[in-house]
Amino acid sequence: MIPLDVHKGVNGTALTVLIVLFLVVTVLGFMASRFRRSGDLNTLDEWGLGGRGFGTWVTWFLLGGDLYTAYTFVAVPAAMFALGSVSGFFAVPYTIVLYPIIFVFMARLWSVSHRNGYVTSADFVRGRYGSRGLSLAVAVTGFVATMPYIALQLVGIQAVLEVAGVGSGDNWLAKDLPLFIAFVVLAAYTYSSGLRAPAVIAFVKDTLIYLVIIVAIIYLPHKFGGWSHIFGAAQEKMNATNPATGKPTGAFIPGSGQMWAYATLGLGSAMALFMYPHSITASLSSKSRNTIRRNAALLPAYSFVLGLLALLGWVAIAAKTNPVGLDGKPNPQLVIPQLFEDAFPSWFAGVAFAAIAIGALVPAAIMSIAAANTFTRNIYKEWVNPTATPAQEAKISKLMSLVVKAFALVFVLSLDKQNAINFQLLGGVWILQTFPAIVFSLYTRWFHRWALLLGWAAGMVYGTVAAYRVVNPATNAHFAGSLADIPGLGDMGYIAMTAFVLNVVVCVVGTLVLRAAKIGNGFDQTKPADYFADAGDPRVDHDLAAGPASGERAEA
Amino acid sequence: MNLGSETGGDGVPPANKGLLAAASVLLLIPIVALMWVSSYARETPRLGGIPFFFWYQFAWVFLCSAMTWTAYKLVLAARPRPPARGPGEQR
Repeated sequence: MIPLDVHKGVNGTALTVLIVLFLVVTVLGFMASRFRRSGDLNTLDEWGLGGRGFGTWVTWFLLGGDLYTAYTFVAVPAAMFALGSVSGFFAVPYTIVLYPIIFVFMARLWSVSHRNGYVTSADFVRGRYGSRGLSLAVAVTGFVATMPYIALQLVGIQAVLEVAGVGSGDNWLAKDLPLFIAFVVLAAYTYSSGLRAPAVIAFVKDTLIYLVIIVAIIYLPHKFGGWSHIFGAAQEKMNATNPATGKPTGAFIPGSGQMWAYATLGLGSAMALFMYPHSITASLSSKSRNTIRRNAALLPAYSFVLGLLALLGWVAIAAKTNPVGLDGKPNPQLVIPQLFEDAFPSWFAGVAFAAIAIGALVPAAIMSIAAANTFTRNIYKEWVNPTATPAQEAKISKLMSLVVKAFALVFVLSLDKQNAINFQLLGGVWILQTFPAIVFSLYTRWFHRWALLLGWAAGMVYGTVAAYRVVNPATNAHFAGSLADIPGLGDMGYIAMTAFVLNVVVCVVGTLVLRAAKIGNGFDQTKPADYFADAGDPRVDHDLAAGPASGERAEA
Repeated sequence: MNLGSETGGDGVPPANKGLLAAASVLLLIPIVALMWVSSYARETPRLGGIPFFFWYQFAWVFLCSAMTWTAYKLVLAARPRPPARGPGEQR
């Protein structure tokens, strides 16, 4: 059933187009250091936040660049292709409910951060409670949870290169060569240009992506028999019995026992996303309190695209796409690149490959920069070298952006990448545990800082252990999934949400106990009015002025 | 969900609580609708061959966007402030 000759070897035209577009983007990345540059790139603010001062338009592109990634183009369609709607299509409700959620709290975080000069969520927690311990917990979680998310991006780039025919199954070095190439390019231009690189590249990327999507969505369903036929083929595959487990292959539409799984995957992912350092960096680099709210109403355009891309996983079922890796084994992660290679002329397949690869590169750069900033400010400067100069800070950040990518590489090489969406879900299990300390604290200081720390610890331990216990029956690999029984409910749910509930319960009980014991809750550096400050406020403007306020249009 | 409706002292800008409450409801509706999976986990009625489960969620992309935009306008109206335009502000 799986003839090895499906691989015609290197697809010369597609690979050439891919490489040319890749080079164009790389050059743009290096030139980006000049984009609206007004300060010294050797300071953390300038390198790491692009000087903060992007308007609605650039923020929209930056956030899009962040949020819609190899997750969207590779992992979600692959999950749809292999396991069906519960494992894949939850990404649609996830990216819809995301915006009402950030609408509510992100403006407050923007205001309090710009009033007090906070750059990371850990800065805020430190200022709100004067607690170095809680701040460290938030910083470390952000740093660690970013790694599997970057790993997912590397898997995306690797998938494209593998389908284009780069690398071979002969030995481990040749096999992972595409991965190392992608890693080196990413590292080089991120290192030299900082956040400005992704801001420029996001424009190129989004143009390519929309081009590819529009062509793919109009042409492919028609070519493979129309939506009715596609859904029919998907339903047939999902209902067929999987010989390995004796159960249906996957879910066409969530069944009665899968409602909780679908809902918790969506809500948990949505609540988790804006806890990541890179999402907060992107939000804080907007130029006014309400930019982010305007964006919340505009960003769903990306959700629609995400849904269509998810369904491409099912188009591939109707097209009988056969994603086989260079090692001769089936690999669902290759399904979308393979579909494009089969269905399009080589040159357009190359454009599509470039869109996917660059679409993974941009977020990987943003994520690693943000994680590095967090490390520098909240771990290095706070605990290691409090008297660090701005130049030292920028240097450590650049170094750590390499380190976080190196760890991501370790994730790719050591964990099972058959279902890469789990990388992102695993990151979500961890990062969601910082939600109470960050979001609850934006509204109230009722919670006790030590209770928040205890709740965080409980959620982290429970979540990690529960995720470790999910074993792939075929390979015996741990961390093989993100769903586990919800205790007391009998249905499966996203581990992150179960851990989150435990986290909140511990926070509430702990707070009641600590308050009864009259233990102090630290010094609050913030004032109630800080949470409403906007551009125009002298302190906010001073903070924003750390970046360019020259009036030149960002889009120019 | 609290939209930050403190009013009065401490330099907190006064707000129209009714408008903020309306905005909160608008923001809450999409979340409740989409988390209530059993209300839409079915195949029919189909739309152009697409099962209900799928087109219903696509429809929510636009509904949620419209509700979020309305909530944005409500929040601006609830807490009006002098147009604060820094030198770099454009729009």
